[in-house]
Amino acid sequence: MDGGRRSVLKGTGGAAVLGLAMAAGLFRPGSAWAEWNKNAFETKSLNDAVKALGGASATESKEITITSPDIAENGAVVPFTIASKLPNTEAVALLVEKNPNILAANFAIPQGTEPWINTRVKMGQTSNVIALVKTSDGKFHYASKEVKVTLGGCGG
Amino acid sequence: MADPMKIRANMVGDKVEVKVLMAHEMETGQRKDAKGATIPAWFIQNVTATHNGKTVLSAEWGPAVAKNPFLSFRFAGGKPGDKVQITWTDNKGDKRTDEATVA
Repeated sequence: MDGGRRSVLKGTGGAAVLGLAMAAGLFRPGSAWAEWNKNAFETKSLNDAVKALGGASATESKEITITSPDIAENGAVVPFTIASKLPNTEAVALLVEKNPNILAANFAIPQGTEPWINTRVKMGQTSNVIALVKTSDGKFHYASKEVKVTLGGCGG
Repeated sequence: MADPMKIRANMVGDKVEVKVLMAHEMETGQRKDAKGATIPAWFIQNVTATHNGKTVLSAEWGPAVAKNPFLSFRFAGGKPGDKVQITWTDNKGDKRTDEATVA
């Protein structure tokens, strides 16, 4: 935890405030996110993303499902549905392993909102897609799925 | 000012299912124009949804979210006639809020 906190502190002011608030347990996902976690969106691997989001490591879980086409013809628009059956799901993130930056989107799920998100992302090439779930005990869980892309959506 | 969002909020069982379609370029900052110059990134960073003033979803997005983003989610405790409000903010500081009534 200390190492993670140090690296967060080195980041931008906004991210540091967010990191501190999370470490101190003051961070409520229900409150408006005025700041954008720049550090997390610049990470390249699952482990780094988990650290930037305030965790230590992620364990694989069968309680998380990713629904998407197995083959995406157009990488510019790939639909994903992520659902978590883990109790006390607090946040759900979608990561695309081979995109220039791994983290695509992060959703905070307050009490009363179903841990179920449907959205569309870009994929540069065939890649593993990871659904990352944070539970209220601060632990991270993930599930992954390979999606083949015929036409990339990031380059040009 | 950006184009309005299309928002639908319908009861599905005892939950409200919200579907949002936003009009935004979602430029990644990876692409180059015809002269080889990088097109600067321009994308929605924060999305917040509220129901009767209570936040039901908040999101942070990177440029990997597809152009003209679509988002769907479900929350409990809503009833027909309630208002659902969605706000997004992009990395240029542009902001847009739209509202829908639960049907």
